[in-house]
This record gives sequence, C-alpha cells and structure tokens, in this order.
Amino acid sequence: MVGMSNLAVAVQDLSKKYGDMFAVSHANFEVPMGTVCGFVGPNGSGKTTTIRMLLGLISPTGGSGEILGHSIKHPEKYLASVGAMIEGPAFYPALTGRENLNVLATLGGYGTDHVQSLLERVGLGDRGNSKYKTYSLGMKQRLGIAAALLPNPKLLILDEPTNGLDPEGIQEIRDLLKSLAQEGTTVFVSSHLLSELELISQHLVMLRKGKVLFAGKIEDLFLAQQPFILVKTPNESDLPKISEIAAAAGHKSTIRSGVAHIEGPADWAAELNKSAFAAGITLSQLSPMLPSLEETFFEMTGDSE
Amino acid sequence: MISVFKAEWRKLRRPTLFLGTMLASAGLTGLVTFLLFWLIDSPQGNSDRGNTISREILQLPSGLTIGFSNAAGLLGIVALCVFAAQTAQEYTYGTLRNLLVRQPRRMQLLLGKYVSMASFAIAMVILAAVVSMSLAFGLSGKAKVATDAWVTSDALHELAKTFGNVLLSVIAFGTVGMILGLLLRSPISAISLGVIWLLIVENILIAVKSSLGNWMPGNLMSTIAVGGTADVSYTHSVTTVAIYLVASTAIVMTLFKQRDVSN
Repeated sequence: MVGMSNLAVAVQDLSKKYGDMFAVSHANFEVPMGTVCGFVGPNGSGKTTTIRMLLGLISPTGGSGEILGHSIKHPEKYLASVGAMIEGPAFYPALTGRENLNVLATLGGYGTDHVQSLLERVGLGDRGNSKYKTYSLGMKQRLGIAAALLPNPKLLILDEPTNGLDPEGIQEIRDLLKSLAQEGTTVFVSSHLLSELELISQHLVMLRKGKVLFAGKIEDLFLAQQPFILVKTPNESDLPKISEIAAAAGHKSTIRSGVAHIEGPADWAAELNKSAFAAGITLSQLSPMLPSLEETFFEMTGDSE
Repeated sequence: MISVFKAEWRKLRRPTLFLGTMLASAGLTGLVTFLLFWLIDSPQGNSDRGNTISREILQLPSGLTIGFSNAAGLLGIVALCVFAAQTAQEYTYGTLRNLLVRQPRRMQLLLGKYVSMASFAIAMVILAAVVSMSLAFGLSGKAKVATDAWVTSDALHELAKTFGNVLLSVIAFGTVGMILGLLLRSPISAISLGVIWLLIVENILIAVKSSLGNWMPGNLMSTIAVGGTADVSYTHSVTTVAIYLVASTAIVMTLFKQRDVSN
C-alpha cells in the first residue's frame, strides 16, 4: 500500500445500493498522486456511480473514501482542488461557451482571467463566443474538459472524455492528459476506448457489476495474463504441424484465420523456430505477444461466469 | 454565497431572459394601468372582475399606485415562472452537478440562487412601478383625474407601502416557483402546475366556496399586494403565506440537501 499522503483517491468498501441492488459493491482501490489512472468497466458496471460518490453528488450506502486526504463526507474540503466532468458535458444552451465557463469560474471563485487560455488549450479559442447549443458533440466535450480544468486541479476526474471526438480530437485529448500528468495533475479517467487508456494510463481500476476486478499498476495486470505467440507460415497446411510441435512442448494452440495462436512465453519462440526449421517448415511470422488491454478487459469482464 | 449570487446573475442577465422578463412586466403593468384610466367611465368597470375604481378613489394619495398594485398578481406569475425555470433547468440541463462540484455547500448554493432571483424580482418591480406611475400621470389628464394629492408626502408614504407590499407579494410568488422547481425538477411541470393552480384551480374553488379564499395561497399573496381586502385582512394574509412558505421551504431544503444528484 502506498502511504495515504501519496494517494489522490483511496476508497475502502465503498458501496451504493438502490433497493436490493448494489450499483457499487464494497469497492476498494487507490490512485497514487501524479498518475493517470484508467477506470474501465462495461456499461452499468458502476463507474459513474463511483465517480458521483467521490464528488459528493450521491451518498454512499456504506464504506468510506478519501480524496486528496479528505473524507468524501466533506466534499467542500477537497473539491476546490478537483476538476470533474461527469457523464458528459452539461451546460446552458443559451449561453456561449465562454459565458458558461464564466458562470463556473465565478461560482468557484477562480476569476475569469484564464477562461480564454483554457478555451484555447482545448481547441475552442475561436468558438468561445458561440452559443453552446450550436456546438458539435466534440466541441461540447472539449468545453466540458475546459470546465474541469478551471480550478487548476490537483485531481482531474473525467468520465468518458473522448466521447464524440474524431480521431484527431482523441489524439489531442490524449496529449492534453499526458501533459497534465507531466505537470503533476493526477488524472482519473473512465473510458470505453481501452486502447487509449492503455497508451496513457499507469494505473487501472476495472469494474464489473459494481465490483472491482482489478486495481493496480497496468503492468501488473498484463503480467498476470497469459502471453502468446502468433505464428504464420507461407503454406497454411504447415500450421497443424506447428500445433503438433507446440503440443509436444506442452503448449495449447489454436488456428484462426491462417494464424496459429500458441499459449506460451516469449522465450519459447526461439525454441519453436528451431523445431519448425528442423521439421522443414519455414515461418513467415513469429510474434511473441501479450494480450492488449482490450483483450484482457474482455477476458476479465466477460459473462462467462 | 456572494460567488453563487454573482454566478447566478451571469445567467439572469442574458438578454432574452432579462429584457424579455422586464418588457413583459412593464407591458403587463402598463396594460393594467392603461385600462384603469382608459375605461374609467365604462359601465363594464375598469378593474379586475368588472369592478370599478372611481375617479374619486384615483384622486386620493393612493391613486397613483392603484394600477401598479392591481398588476401585482400578474407580476407574481412572471416571478413564479422565472424562479421555477431558473431552478428546475439545473436538473433538466444536468448543470446542477457542475454547480455542486464547484459549490458543494448545498444550502449556500440554494440561498445564493434565491437571493439573486429575489434581486431580479426587485428590479422587475421597480421597473413596473416606474412604468405604472408614469402612465398614471400621462393618462390622468385625459381621464380627468386630479393629481394634486399624488405629489404630497401622503402619496410618498402610500408609494413606499404599496411598493413594499407588491415586492413582498411578488417574492412570495417567486418562492412558490422555486419550491415547485425543486420538487418537480422540470421547468414545464413546475410552471404548468403553478400557473394552473393559481389562475384556474384556486378561482374555481373560491367560486364554489368563497371562504376558501382565506386559505388559498395565490389569493393570499395577491391580497398582500393590495394591503388587504374587505374579505381577507393583510395580517392574516401575511401570516398564513409565511407559514405556508416556511413549512414548504423547510421540506424542499431538506430534500435538496439530502437527495442524490444522479442526472
């Protein structure tokens, strides 16, 4: 366990129950300061409910939590240092983007001096005077991120920040989150774009049906997964022989779409290459792999239980 | 709370809301005042429900503000709509969560919003008073109403009293709007329920049984604006409305403080 003073978020047995159903059940996880932590789970897994509890918007049924060293029972003690966008952007349609930010800046007591620089930072510098109702989904999302950055936060909590963004926009948000992390901001970000989270996160919290399946460093998650080797041959009829070689060495294999997937460690690839050569088989591809976050996610959150 | 007040005014001052509401208030008060003088000799009457306010009454020191106080019910409806819409829209737009992240002290948020909307109502009532009194002076010649008593210290006293009563009445209507907005969490539902109750349901109930007028909130709030009527006293109106508002405000404040914000 990391020392409490080094934790941006720490929750213990945090639960929220609606009627007989747990939306979040006895969640335990920690987010160290200065890291980017991905928060993943299928729809309805309890991500937004958890985020709402962390922000004091809904009361937990049980358990406890701390944000920046303060109990989540007293959000007024930490929210001045927290920026958040929850369940998509929400603003006043009849006000301009700038006016919407001015409302929140005034409310938070931050002053409106840096509103223009925030608009520019999220790529809305020239659209700040347009009414919010004229914005595209991507622009609304950017405005939501700008609003979250208003307090110059120590902790940034973003719920699906890349929803509605095009690939270029996603890249920009990824770069923005990376630069914020480099500046020392802790970023807690939920997203269904797992490939994006894989690129920027050092930590991961994985939820399924309200329960935490994994919480920790992202490399620890991958280390726990079964590595595999992808093998292709010029002649597909050689693949069954490759499977036989793998089976003889005690490794399971399957052939899919002209590729043999062999469950085995990376350092066995050289042995396989030697055995294939000895059997007169030429390999056109030999790739030791770890499962991607997406593959790991589906494996862990699948409905196989 | 000052930051909440200032933030709320950023929303209230947008031209369509601010100018639209002020023009509506000025227009309604102007219309009531205009009809009061224009129809002074009409056999159908020149006031609400066919009543006649005679030239002799209009020439009294209180005559200057009769048009203004008669329009208080309409100003109250406008205030109810503004308070209800400004409160309930935070739920429908989903912006309440943004506000609570920036100001997690929920009672401060609510109080700041209320004070800013009350100040909006004050501006509305001041404008309505100016429009009504200007029209009264302007139309007095054509209506053959002597204005000598309107520029006395008694008239100033009457003006202060009427302004206070109308303001109290309008803010009470607005408070009802805010309570409905918090309870129903939808501008359309809050405004519909408020307006239908005040303009239709209460009138039907009072028509069926006139003594109910002593207890109907809309009737009592309108009675406050005119300083009491022959049927309902001013003190009874103020006391009963205060009890209604304090009780319902306590309920909605408790709900607002404890209710999960999940939209």
